Formats: sequence, C-alpha cells, structure tokens
Amino acid sequence: MTAFSVRRLRALLRKEWLQVKRDPMTLRLIVALPVMQLLIFGYAINSNPHDLPTGVLMAQPSTYERTIVAALRNSGYYRIRLLSSEREAEEDIAQGNLLFVVNVPPGFDRSVDRGEAPAILIDTDGTDPTAIGYATAALGGLTGVLARDLPPVRRAAATAAPAGPPFRFVVHTRYNPEQLTVLNVVPGLICVVLMMSTLMLTTLAITRERERGTMENLLAMPVRPIEVMLAKIAPYVGIGYLQVLIILLVAVGLLHLPIHGSIVLLFAVLGLFIASNLALGITYSTLAANQMQAQQMAQFTMLPFMLLSGFAFPFQGMPRWARIVGEIMPTTHAMRIVRGLLLKGNGMADILPDLWPIALFTGCTVAIAVRFYRETLD
Amino acid sequence: MIPPPDAPPGPARDDVPPHDGTSSGDVIDVRDLRKDFGTRRVVDGLTLRVPRGEVCGFLGANGSGKTTTIRMLCGLLAPDGGSGTCLGLDIVRDAPLIRRQVGYMTQRFSLYEDLTVSENLDLVAGLYELPDACAAVADIMDRMGLRDRAGQLAGQLSGGWKQRLALTACVLHRPQLLLLDEPTAGVDVKARRAFWDLIHDLAGEGLTVLVSTHYMDEAERCARIVYLAGGRIVIQGSAAEVVGRVGLVTFEGTGAPVEDAARRIRAAPGVEAATVLGRVLHIAGMDRALLDAAIATCGAGLVWREVDPRLEDVFIHLLGEQGPPR
Repeated sequence: MTAFSVRRLRALLRKEWLQVKRDPMTLRLIVALPVMQLLIFGYAINSNPHDLPTGVLMAQPSTYERTIVAALRNSGYYRIRLLSSEREAEEDIAQGNLLFVVNVPPGFDRSVDRGEAPAILIDTDGTDPTAIGYATAALGGLTGVLARDLPPVRRAAATAAPAGPPFRFVVHTRYNPEQLTVLNVVPGLICVVLMMSTLMLTTLAITRERERGTMENLLAMPVRPIEVMLAKIAPYVGIGYLQVLIILLVAVGLLHLPIHGSIVLLFAVLGLFIASNLALGITYSTLAANQMQAQQMAQFTMLPFMLLSGFAFPFQGMPRWARIVGEIMPTTHAMRIVRGLLLKGNGMADILPDLWPIALFTGCTVAIAVRFYRETLD
Repeated sequence: MIPPPDAPPGPARDDVPPHDGTSSGDVIDVRDLRKDFGTRRVVDGLTLRVPRGEVCGFLGANGSGKTTTIRMLCGLLAPDGGSGTCLGLDIVRDAPLIRRQVGYMTQRFSLYEDLTVSENLDLVAGLYELPDACAAVADIMDRMGLRDRAGQLAGQLSGGWKQRLALTACVLHRPQLLLLDEPTAGVDVKARRAFWDLIHDLAGEGLTVLVSTHYMDEAERCARIVYLAGGRIVIQGSAAEVVGRVGLVTFEGTGAPVEDAARRIRAAPGVEAATVLGRVLHIAGMDRALLDAAIATCGAGLVWREVDPRLEDVFIHLLGEQGPPR
C-alpha cells in the first residue's frame, strides 16, 4: 500500500465537501458565528456606553447645582439619581449599582459667586475602565458649557475674578484605565473569532466518525492517516477564509477598521493561522474518546488562548511564565501580525518573527495527530 | 475439512496476485487467537480454518466473541495472542494488505448517511483506487439492483436497502474474502432471503464468506456452522452434523390444550425446553428415558410422536449449557 495516494485523498475530499454541504446547521453557523461574535464583542468592548447610573449628593440644592445636574443629564452619559446620604453612595458604588457619585460640596453657590472655583468631587468605579472612559472624558467639555450657561449672577462676579473657570471637576478613580482603543481591539477580535470557530468545527471531525460507527468502515479500507487528516482539514480552510472575509467586511463596514497593510499578505498569514487551529482541532479529535471530551478540550483551550494572547490583557503586563505560555500559542502571534498589518501597515519583513512560531506549532500538532491516529479499533 | 480440489479462483485485482492461501489452501487459518478487553477475555484460544469458496456461519450468544474474532481477521484489532493467516497473509504483520482483499461489513451501518448511494460507492471506489471507478460503480449498482436508488441519501434507505448497499460497498473492490457481521439483523424475511441469494451467488464465483448471524434459517444456508461460546468454538460442522453430534431427543405432542401441558411438562426432570408452536407442543432433552417419563406423567391427553431435532433446539440446548447470557 502506497504511503500516500492523491487518488484516495481526492475521494476523501469529495466526501468531506459533500458532508459539509449537506449540513445546513454548520453552514449557518459558519456565517452567523463570526458576524454575531464580532458584533457582540465589537460593540460590547468598543462601545461608548451612555446612560450610566450616577448618584448625586447635594448638601443644599440650589440653582447652580440644578444647572450642573441638568448639564450632566443632557450629555447623555449619565442617568442621574439623587442620593440622600454618604452611606447610600458608598453602598451603591461598592455593589456596582452606581458607576459615578457626584458630590457637590456645601456652600457651592456662594463659593462660585465669590470666584473661588470650588471642586465637585466625582467618584468613579474603576473596575471597568472602558465603561467609564468616555463618560469621564466628557466632563472636561461640560466645564466649558457650564461656564457659559451659569446664571448672570456668576458673570457679575466674574469681573472680580476674571481668570479660570467658575468651578472644577475632580475625578477620583482607583486605578488608571488601559489605553485600549477600538482600533486595537478589532484586529484581536479577528483572530479570536477565527480561532473559536475553526477549532470548534474540526475538533468534532474524527470523533464524529468514531461515534457514528463510520470510522470502523473507514479503517477497514486502505486509507492512510495523513490522507484522512488532510481531507478533514481542507474544507475547513476554505470555510475559515470565508469567515475572514465576513469578519473583514463587518469590521470595515460597521466598526470602521482601517486597512493599512497588504490584504493579500493578510490572507496568506491568516491561512497559516487557520491551519494551526485546524491541526489542533484534529489532534484533539484523535485524542478524545468521544465528541463531548473533544469539545471540552477545545473549550479549555480557547480561554487561555484568549486571555494570554494579549487580547484581553496587555501582553507586556503579564508575568514571565504567562508570557512564555503566550508565546507558544498561535493566537498570540497571529494577533500581533494582524494588528501590525492592519494598523501599522507592516510588511513581510516585520511579521516574519511572528510567522515561524505559528508554522512550528502547526507542524508539531500535525505530527502528534498522525502519531495518535489509531489505525485499529484498540 | 478438506478444501474442494478445484476451488475456483477468486476474482482478483490485476495488481494483487491471486493468493492460494497457505499450503492447505485455506483462506482463513488462525490458531489459538486470544483477545482481552481489560480483564475480560473475549476470545479465548480460537482455532479456525475456512477453505476457499465456503460459506461459513458464525453463531453464538451475544458477547460470545463473534464480532471480535471478525475484527481480528481483518486487522481492525490486534490479537493479544495466537497467530495465523488470512488469504495467506499474516493477520498481525500484513493487516494493511489484508484490508485490500477483504470486504468487511460492520454490524452497524457504517457508510455515510448524509451521502447518496452512488456517492458512498464512489468514495469506496476511490479509496481502493479502482481502475475505471465510474464503470465499476455503475456495474455493481446494476448487479445489486441499486440503480434506481443511486441518488437517494443512504440515511433515508430502509433497513433492507441499507444492508444491500453495505454489502455492495464491500464487494465493490472484488475481495476474495467477505466478513459479514450480522448483516441481516432487523431486516424483513424477503430482504433477508434476497440478501442470502446474493451471498450464495458471490460464493459461487469463488468468494469465501464468513458470516455471523442469529437466524436459524440463515445458519441452515451455511455450508458450515461454527458455534462460539465464551470466546471458544464449541461445535462446528454442517447443520446436519451439528444436530447429529449433539444427540438431542425431541418429541411433539398434539391435542387438547397444549398450553397447560407445556406448563406442567416444563417442570419435569430431563425436559430442557417445552415450546408451544401453535397447536403443537415441542419438547427437547438429552435423556430419552426421562423424556418418556415426563410425557407419561405430564403429557396426558396429547398424542405424542418423536421428531427430528431442529437446529434451533440444538442452539437453545447449547445456550443453556453455558448458563444465562452475559
């Protein structure tokens, strides 16, 4: 029996293609999954959230304070609720019921009139910096608007103290928010979405044959492991490319992603990245005893791949061991390549250091899969 | 077990030289095969020789080792002990070569249900690298009467047609040996009859067939019956030989209510089975004297006569000897 036969591979390829074509659920998944994930993740992570729960503490409500609260409300970022005590404010911000507490000091009106530029203290819940980032930034704009809108009383006093705004916002957060921008997140998302869908699809490929009993028949015929693997992988490479296309269309059309680098190079690189995921999926498929196990293996992989790749947290901020683990994973390198390609316009020379680790990973995984593919039913 | 002197040569592929088996001409010749699954010994010292062109029936209770033996013969399982040849090729070392010349039909339908009849056959033709695959597939579909269903999805075929498709797929590459694992389980009588006619047609062309079954009428159509229990061959030979060798005695009683008599006589010593067949009570046992006594005490009111034991009686007797099914 020859080690490899194009004829046999072609027969298997045709079979795999027919099976993919006749599985409408998978086809729908192929299109729906990346679009859904991109939209959900894209908007959830990148959105500029409005209507954030905000509590206001006022010692003695007066005209100025009402003007300021109205201005906050009109900005659209804040959903204002009046608070009765410091304790209530403390509790609500601790429990996450409030993201902002606006604290107007006693005697604010008089202070403004005297031109003392009093401070309004704003406490923010810093646990999710992206959630409050835009709202916090909007405060700067409000100061100017309010300076114009404050009643004439202030203008009379202004002659006495011409310099500086009538009051200041002092924002107090627990830590500095990361400088995550929309542009930085979308390229990472391309890799994550691609990884999730391709890994999931192939992980089931061989276990499904085993569970349906068709593996016994396939093994009884003269086929080589490498032929079975290649035939399983090939249709999903095509599917992976279809997904890349969908993701890019959505990202450019809806999320306004710029493409600075070569799109041909991008597709070439993503092809290798897809292959690495498929190889991993096939390996799980040969190692797992049933579809359930294979699926669990895939899910256990996706989380660290996502978290340690630099998608969720800045790569340089991770401890050394986590960075070493991250360097092994193809998602990490693919993410760097795609970010560099799309945002910085990187060329082949720039991405090479991140390209070979993906190739190496793919080669090793395929070797493991071929090694553990069982030619008997033992 | 002398092979027929002029065994017709099997339809061999051009590039695979027709093998005349071992010096004895046996297509299957295995000695002392053993297979363990964990601590359970499933096949325990099985020795079997099947001459070319024979239709050999594998019988035995569920779990008696039929499927495991068949899988070892076609190289899907590696035996834990023993040795032997299949088509003259070593079952351990030459497993990949054996696969090329053997047609194996699994117990469970194992073709692709989401492919059509012809797509499944095209796949098989491609995997065996058949020359002129299109013509070969068209030929076999005509011959097996599958032409009208060529475009139907395999999953939508009825049980009988599925079995026929599976058989077609495993003879497509013109193997010399067919290993059929309960090929007709759950198929209606007419389809079973047609299936067996096909098997005998193929055997007539020199194909050797090893087929496992639970049906008595099918067992009777085999040139040789091999009965397995606990992973060992308990008895083998033609249907008549097996019946004769066991030496079972059977009587039939007819007359007034046979059901009452059946209940009474079943408890009598020496009666292994008392079966009501319509208006007839059929009893079997090994000891003629005890059966006579049982008829005298419990069989009053019925007219009794001795009849030839049926194969089914023999197998129920054999099953009883090995205790309740595992």
